[in-house]
Amino acid sequence: MSVERAVADLEGLPRKNGELVFNAPWEGHAFGMAVALSERGAFAWDDFRERLGDEIGRADREYYASWLAAFERVLLERGLLSQAEVTARADEYRTLRRDPVF
Amino acid sequence: MSHSHGDHEHHHAGGHQPEAPGDLEARALALQSLLVEKGILEPADVDRIIAAYEHDIGPMIGAHVVARAWNDTEYRRRLLADAPAAVRELGYQYPSSTHLVVLENRPGVHNLVVCTLCSCYPWAVLGLPPTWYKSAPYRSRAVSEPRAVLKEFGLELPEDTVVNVWDSSSDLRYMVLPERPAGTEGWSDEELAAIVSRDCMIGVALPRVPGAVAAR
Repeated sequence: MSVERAVADLEGLPRKNGELVFNAPWEGHAFGMAVALSERGAFAWDDFRERLGDEIGRADREYYASWLAAFERVLLERGLLSQAEVTARADEYRTLRRDPVF
Repeated sequence: MSHSHGDHEHHHAGGHQPEAPGDLEARALALQSLLVEKGILEPADVDRIIAAYEHDIGPMIGAHVVARAWNDTEYRRRLLADAPAAVRELGYQYPSSTHLVVLENRPGVHNLVVCTLCSCYPWAVLGLPPTWYKSAPYRSRAVSEPRAVLKEFGLELPEDTVVNVWDSSSDLRYMVLPERPAGTEGWSDEELAAIVSRDCMIGVALPRVPGAVAAR
């Protein structure tokens, strides 16, 4: 799964003049993480894409909010992370017990 | 506020606390940190992919702004007075949640941007921050010994140049307006923008005129 194909496959990606646009650094990281893990074979790109379509249909929200939800779902389903540890870690960032630096 | 550290000034953007991330950002941070800890994800892979896809869209906006300011003194005045409005004037979006101040380099005055507490960065005009910008050594040494840091970037300033170090915060970001280099008289915005690098707008480099072009 090449990055090129991963991106070419996605029509909804926010773009400007054809290039990808990230409205905040976390959006770029959400994008990069999903592509990197599919490159490494941690999950199949098509599995991610299917969940992304699903999440986009579920709620009217920013593109990368759906992206992040789909990515998290794939990770949980594959048993790579647990819901409890993700929630606990996110709380640590939200309350600044960890430096919010990527 | 501003206080002196030897030969340079250190300006704070006001009570600087890292901004608590929003839910989505906290979640993205949580996923990335856990995946890296478990050895499932290489941070370098993420950086490479972002870089490959973001191209220069971020720094390109800042470079356009700088080029316009070099060619148009009225625009320069508006940029220094209200940078977000001046960025929008060129047809770009600038988020209303953070303010942007453009710092003007002048003969004898050089500006350097840092975020000492986290990695606040004017990403709306410069794209994603380079890895070194987020590193602990840069964050502390840019303040304690800016000249040594600049030297490591290959930038040696005259002894009598004042170095102002600006500490970014979540609601106030800075970008440097470098001095227009000699040999660029009559250049178009496009030609000028091509020599304005991201590093110039952070303040760790100066625009350089390529030799072949300068000789024309």
